[in-house]
Amino acid sequence: MQTDIITDMEHLSEKDRERLALTGLEVEMRNRCGSFFQIDQNVVQTTCMAEGVEMLPIKAALEKYDWVKDYYWKAVPRDKDKYTRYVADQENPQGLVVIAHPGTKIEMPLQACLFLREGPVQHVHNIFIAQEDSEIHIISGCASSWQKEHGAHIGVTEIYVGKGAKVTSTMIHNWNRGIAVFPRSATIVEEGGLFLSNYVCMQPVRKVSMYPTASLVGDNAVARFSSIVVATPGSTLDLGSRAILGAEHTSAELVTRAITTGGTIISRGHILGAKDNTRGHIECRGLILKDGIIHAIPEIEGTITGTELSHEAAVGKIARHEIEYLMARGLSEEEATATIIRGFLDVKISGLPAVLQAQIDAAIDKAESGF
Amino acid sequence: MLDISDLHVEVDGTEVLHDINLHIGWGETHVLMGPNGSGKSTLLKTIMGFGGYTITSGSIIFKGQDITRMPIHERAHLGIGMMFQNPPAISGLKLGKLLTAISGLKEDEIEALARSVNMGQFLNRDINVGFSGGEIKRSEVLQLKVQQPDFLMLDEPESGVDLENINLMGREIATLLEKDVRIVNRRRSGLIITHTGYILDYVDADQGHVIIEGQIRCHGNPREILRLIKEKGYGECLRCKQIS
Repeated sequence: MQTDIITDMEHLSEKDRERLALTGLEVEMRNRCGSFFQIDQNVVQTTCMAEGVEMLPIKAALEKYDWVKDYYWKAVPRDKDKYTRYVADQENPQGLVVIAHPGTKIEMPLQACLFLREGPVQHVHNIFIAQEDSEIHIISGCASSWQKEHGAHIGVTEIYVGKGAKVTSTMIHNWNRGIAVFPRSATIVEEGGLFLSNYVCMQPVRKVSMYPTASLVGDNAVARFSSIVVATPGSTLDLGSRAILGAEHTSAELVTRAITTGGTIISRGHILGAKDNTRGHIECRGLILKDGIIHAIPEIEGTITGTELSHEAAVGKIARHEIEYLMARGLSEEEATATIIRGFLDVKISGLPAVLQAQIDAAIDKAESGF
Repeated sequence: MLDISDLHVEVDGTEVLHDINLHIGWGETHVLMGPNGSGKSTLLKTIMGFGGYTITSGSIIFKGQDITRMPIHERAHLGIGMMFQNPPAISGLKLGKLLTAISGLKEDEIEALARSVNMGQFLNRDINVGFSGGEIKRSEVLQLKVQQPDFLMLDEPESGVDLENINLMGREIATLLEKDVRIVNRRRSGLIITHTGYILDYVDADQGHVIIEGQIRCHGNPREILRLIKEKGYGECLRCKQIS
């Protein structure tokens, strides 16, 4: 398997290999313990060295385990919208199924790479199943070829976090100006489960539209969504995340850092507190560096006395006195501005393995050179 | 070292500093006193070059160079440093990272400097975020120790600081101003805003100035000026202004 991907990678141009590396794809897999690589509709690699964890193309998974169908279109409804229906109607579904068997704890991330090279539409259906007391980290890198001017990516991802399990899902996007992207994701978190979702999109894209939901159905379940996004001129990012606090002692936090250099960002968030002893917080901070729009729409909805929900949203520019403070220490105006932006984007994601944090940092550093 | 002549400064279209003249020689430390809102901080910020303080006439000469229109960071490179009274909190920016960025010092050198002002634990913290009053002052002193400016401006170094911290800060500021160097060899200069004068217990000052309603009204022995203000209040300075 390993040689296959290297052969495939050799067929890619240097530019495309760089674009993929930026989304976290490691061909040599020094910091990965499993890999799935899909180019357009072709799965070119599925390999997993982690004991107790399986990575399978979706068809193979459905054939191998009868029970996988119980997870198929369960978190995401088939007929949610035209994009989910499009994926559901495919005769030949593609995508990745990850199964972490009970008690398996793997710190080293698995990588899933989805590359749009030629076709008009890439469709993917992923299912991540973390069974009781397991722990997995998945980095999904999605990119298009530098030559790909137009196209769409539709990705359904269903995530199941079992009792006491922990799943970190980190998605890094690197598209082009003409690509439209429609991720449709939902997660179900059982008792004592922890779900961390991180999303990074710092490069141009025509449109991203997504609103993933985490349903916390078991007591003491926790979800945290972190998004770090930059909208360049011509980009529209309509992003949101939702948490349903559907069991006692559940909590959720939705954190967004948004920068526009001329594009439009709609940052939605919704937490529903429906059970006693639940807590939720939405935080959105936006910087308008040049012309552009940041529209924050945080919603908190409590339906019971025992829930505590809050939100804070702020949109603006870099404070002049912060720039001048750093200039008084000897940094030029440009250096001071870049330093403040870098800090602004530095969201602390607790529980994230160092290699994943490094990957997020690298994506930010790459984008920072463009400010 | 610093020569300010006939300086007039406007903020939002209103003149707030009128005809300021100030000369600070090499190795001298001066103290600036005056009631709240009299223009002390405005003068320091104007010398540093902050936006919003428009110089309508007059000049600021530093080390023989006209810095009246010079950008802030170039003034810093020339050797002007400032301790802020209320510095901004910048989330995501680690104190240690800033110190590295402005100095080129090695990590262990920065750590040693941080430990010298009890800030060893703060290098990995976001700058000024959640810092107490004393911690903010120690962070400012640490930044200045890294910067090593020739001309040091301190905006109320003792405000919001407990006695223990005043002791540490006073000693550090004295060192930054080369008070341990023989007077003839001393090169570094300072301009200190103080209300209480506590800082004078650690840092001997050569001259004091009182600024009232945007004008420097008198120059003299800083201890004597402080004693008069303590006895008679700034009302005496206002009366003094009416006489002249």
